[in-house]
Amino acid sequence: MVFLQGTWGTVKLFGVTLIGSLVLGTVLAAMRVSPTPVLRGAAAAYVNIVRNTPLTLVMFFCVFGLPFLDIRASRDSALNSFVLACVALIAYTSCFVAETLRSGISTIPVGQAEAARAIGLNFGQTLRFVILPQAFRTVIPPLGSVIIAMLKNTSIASAFNNRELISAMRGAIEQRGDITLIVILATAAAYLVLSLVLGRIFDYLEKKWVIVR
Amino acid sequence: MIAISEDVSADTRAPLVDIRGVDKHFGDFQALKGIDLQIERGEVVVVIGPSGSGKSTLCRTINRLETIDAGTIAIDGKPLPQEGRPLAQLRSDVGMVFQSFNLFAHMTILENVTLGPIQVRGLKKQEAEAKAMELLERVGVGHQAGKYPAQLSGGQQQRVAIARSLAMRPKVMLFDEPTSALDPEMINEVLDVMVELGAEGMTMIVVTHEMGFARKAANRVVFMADGEIVEVAGPEEFFTHPRSERARDFLSKILAH
Repeated sequence: MVFLQGTWGTVKLFGVTLIGSLVLGTVLAAMRVSPTPVLRGAAAAYVNIVRNTPLTLVMFFCVFGLPFLDIRASRDSALNSFVLACVALIAYTSCFVAETLRSGISTIPVGQAEAARAIGLNFGQTLRFVILPQAFRTVIPPLGSVIIAMLKNTSIASAFNNRELISAMRGAIEQRGDITLIVILATAAAYLVLSLVLGRIFDYLEKKWVIVR
Repeated sequence: MIAISEDVSADTRAPLVDIRGVDKHFGDFQALKGIDLQIERGEVVVVIGPSGSGKSTLCRTINRLETIDAGTIAIDGKPLPQEGRPLAQLRSDVGMVFQSFNLFAHMTILENVTLGPIQVRGLKKQEAEAKAMELLERVGVGHQAGKYPAQLSGGQQQRVAIARSLAMRPKVMLFDEPTSALDPEMINEVLDVMVELGAEGMTMIVVTHEMGFARKAANRVVFMADGEIVEVAGPEEFFTHPRSERARDFLSKILAH
């Protein structure tokens, strides 16, 4: 029962972070290939700073640092911890999504963008309709790795007042110290199941969206 | 060119494509040297010359896929704008067909042809699809509309690319070596579409090595070498009595077999 709640906590952190980091990562990747130097520079600076900071530190910053700047997500303590943990995970994961996507963009033949511009699409439309859909399809395998890493990274939120698999495991060990090893293995199994399901979804998408040139 | 000074409309109407004093460098290499070329409405101009002569570069400067270092290019009286919305607007009026087709690989044939009309011209999906099907039928690939580009032969892909350009109702069409990447048996199916297009009055600038097409469809032949326009003449005159030594040399090499 505790484990089910814990798994649900992990899935919630994962789901919100997945959507948030895909959106922010796509925006960052678009900025990094934009013709405007200011946007390119800002995105590059953000990615280089956040990507090279340990996630634990990013989470410390969000959970304990932001309140000093009078930034709070909610008066409700549990919700506040959840939102701030998601913010940290999104901030961190989006860098990896952006870099993965950027590598995908660079594999798209330059003629695709030229053809798009030649029919009168502007930069944003060219990205949205021609470049990004193809880039996403080509980076599904490495993007899958980024997202599976993110799933496991949600465990760090357990140290910041979040209820998820690891905190459920700690609670279970405190109550039943005699089966510690089993509890740890069961937790690992829960992560394994979630990761394998994700892996299957990515395999499916990879086959479904394959682009023949 | 023939001056028709009595014709009032010829006086007031600028050439459709007006290229003046255009220079282009790639690093130390000068790809275009002081190019002057005016193209009238309805004219088919074929640009030929040895590889590296700058003919593809010239073609690509006309819709600013290549920027220029000096000179001016105006289309329908309007100078090419800087990168941004006005340029996108202008490009939508200038069709372009590439050597490597460049169909959008993740879209069906029909989606390839409707993307521009829907997103740039603001057509409703149904209307765009009906027009696209008309064009696809016209270039002979209507029954392939639901397929993806990679499922089509090169010749079919290039005809789709022509339909994609035509769907924007362009004022002028640029062809950058449209048959150079095709197997020999597919070249004619593409050239036939182009000949027909020219006969219907489309203004066309065609960079090609197909001398048969130049003879058949061109109003004027522009011969380029080393980044310069060496000779401009009617096709009959050019192929039978080339004035310049460079052109004679080029023709003797390609027509030797």
